[in-house]
Amino acid sequence: METAKNKTNQALFNVVLSLADSTLILSHRLSEWCGYGPVIEQDIAMSNIALDLIGEARNFYDYAAKLEGAGKTEDDYVYFRESKDYKNLLLCEQLNGDFAHTVVRQFFFDSWHIHFLDVLRNSPDETLAAIAGKSFMEVSYHIKWSSEWVIRLGDGTEKSKQKMETALEALWPFSGELMEATEDEKILIAAGILPNFEQLKTIWMEQIMSVLTRATLEVPTGKNTVQTGGKTGRHTEYLSYLLAEMQSVQRAYPGLKW
Amino acid sequence: MDNIVDLEKHFQDRIDAEQRIEPKEWMPDAYRKTLIRQISQHAHSEIIGMLPERNWLTRAPSLNRKAVLLAKIQDEGGHGLYLYSAAETLGVTREDLLDDLHSGKAKYSSIFNYPTLTWADMGAIGWLVDGAAIMNQVPLCRTSYGPYARAMVRVCKEESFHQRQGYEIMMALCEGSEEQKQMAQDALNRWWWPVLMMFGPKDDASANSEMSLKWKIKRFSNDELRQRFVDMSIPQIEYLGLTVPDSELKWNAERGHYDFGEVNWNEFWEVVKGNGPCNHQRLETRKKVYEEGEWVREAALAYADKQQVLRESSQHVA
Ligand SMILES: [Fe+2]
Ligand SMILES: [Fe+2]
Ligand SMILES: [Fe+2]
Repeated sequence: METAKNKTNQALFNVVLSLADSTLILSHRLSEWCGYGPVIEQDIAMSNIALDLIGEARNFYDYAAKLEGAGKTEDDYVYFRESKDYKNLLLCEQLNGDFAHTVVRQFFFDSWHIHFLDVLRNSPDETLAAIAGKSFMEVSYHIKWSSEWVIRLGDGTEKSKQKMETALEALWPFSGELMEATEDEKILIAAGILPNFEQLKTIWMEQIMSVLTRATLEVPTGKNTVQTGGKTGRHTEYLSYLLAEMQSVQRAYPGLKW
Repeated sequence: MDNIVDLEKHFQDRIDAEQRIEPKEWMPDAYRKTLIRQISQHAHSEIIGMLPERNWLTRAPSLNRKAVLLAKIQDEGGHGLYLYSAAETLGVTREDLLDDLHSGKAKYSSIFNYPTLTWADMGAIGWLVDGAAIMNQVPLCRTSYGPYARAMVRVCKEESFHQRQGYEIMMALCEGSEEQKQMAQDALNRWWWPVLMMFGPKDDASANSEMSLKWKIKRFSNDELRQRFVDMSIPQIEYLGLTVPDSELKWNAERGHYDFGEVNWNEFWEVVKGNGPCNHQRLETRKKVYEEGEWVREAALAYADKQQVLRESSQHVA
């Protein structure tokens, strides 16, 4: 009995940390657009989404710290772990590329995020439910933003359509990880704490198809679970650079307050 | 001819009576030109000003600092938007104004041609650069042109948060380790003089000041504002335990103000001319960003046009 509970707690900690890492890393990528947006309005919009995601990440880190009970702060998790300890989705760490890549990455993520949070709002885990409730409204704005841009760019010019096709092909193999349950996630799904991933998969696919159709774009045909492993710490080459940059000041002067 | 004289007199009377001039009203050409130049220069400064801070955004040393800095830089983008909109009420387009920026015809605040070299620069910029901007901008909330004044009211509301986040960064550094204090002092040393330059040339060397004062676009002279800024900043610097990099600085009890040393006007004009440490880099970055965004703007336009056609044809059917 006791060990089953421990196992659930450990799984919960891992999953919460994974959610924190995914939202943080995606927020970080979006913040790389700050000052570089194709028009000021979209520069601001991407910062907005980045701010929402960093807020969500901080809530998850806070919860992770409580679960671990070792007196850690959010910054301990963010600034003093290496690539292999990060549990974010591979999708989130992919490079911004051009605006089409950023839009597609966001669209894949948001299409999962919105439905994931929608169910999580009713989780018996009250902290998770509260975090999900808080972020749900924000994410409904994110999915609106990314869907509209998928449609605009897909159905814009020949050039923008081509760029969208390239981005879809490039990021499709990473999109399946969103709904591929890790061992930890399976434990929590079984305990009714996390939403059913099979159902999410269906809803996600419907969302993708309906928006891509309106965008006059094709759904990529290949397997979308080719690139996975982020949630258990096996990352692409990009993450360690992101971390090196993000952690550089903290690591150069460890143990100080900023 | 009489008519123009009357119009000009009526215009100046309205200015003297502190009435706001609105977009559709008659205004002297030179007034319109001065406003376009000043508002667009201001808008460009907001946008270019995002670059030195975004340089440390991805290295912010805590999640809290990162979130606050991102919100701050995002605000600056918003300020750029308000100001481009205000300029557009004078009959120019944002595209034209950006073309002038990219060609080097339009200027922006020289302060953003200095590099950000350490995290402490995020503190110094928020505290001093935004602080000086507030000093310049608060009087603009009462400037004679309505859309500009209203844009400035919105801008000023957000600026005080910018200054506070900068000062908080400095406080944290000055309460920290010896290295952090040195980092803060080094930032102050590098930013102090360029910030004093933000108020523009000395009054007797300022080409545009006189008419701007008469038209109440400006309310105070460059030297007045510079003095105010020095008087306000010295106690803040002392509170941090830092030293002002000016050997001539001292309190003048007779004047009731601080005396301070001469700004290096040579450096000032060099940076204005394009020879500052980052002029080239900043402008090239903005041009590159603008070029890379072109296909996105084109696609958005093409899509909007298609939607327009669809709407119109569906109206015909109905
Ligand atoms: Fe938001
Ligand atoms: Fe601003
Ligand atoms: Fe500001």
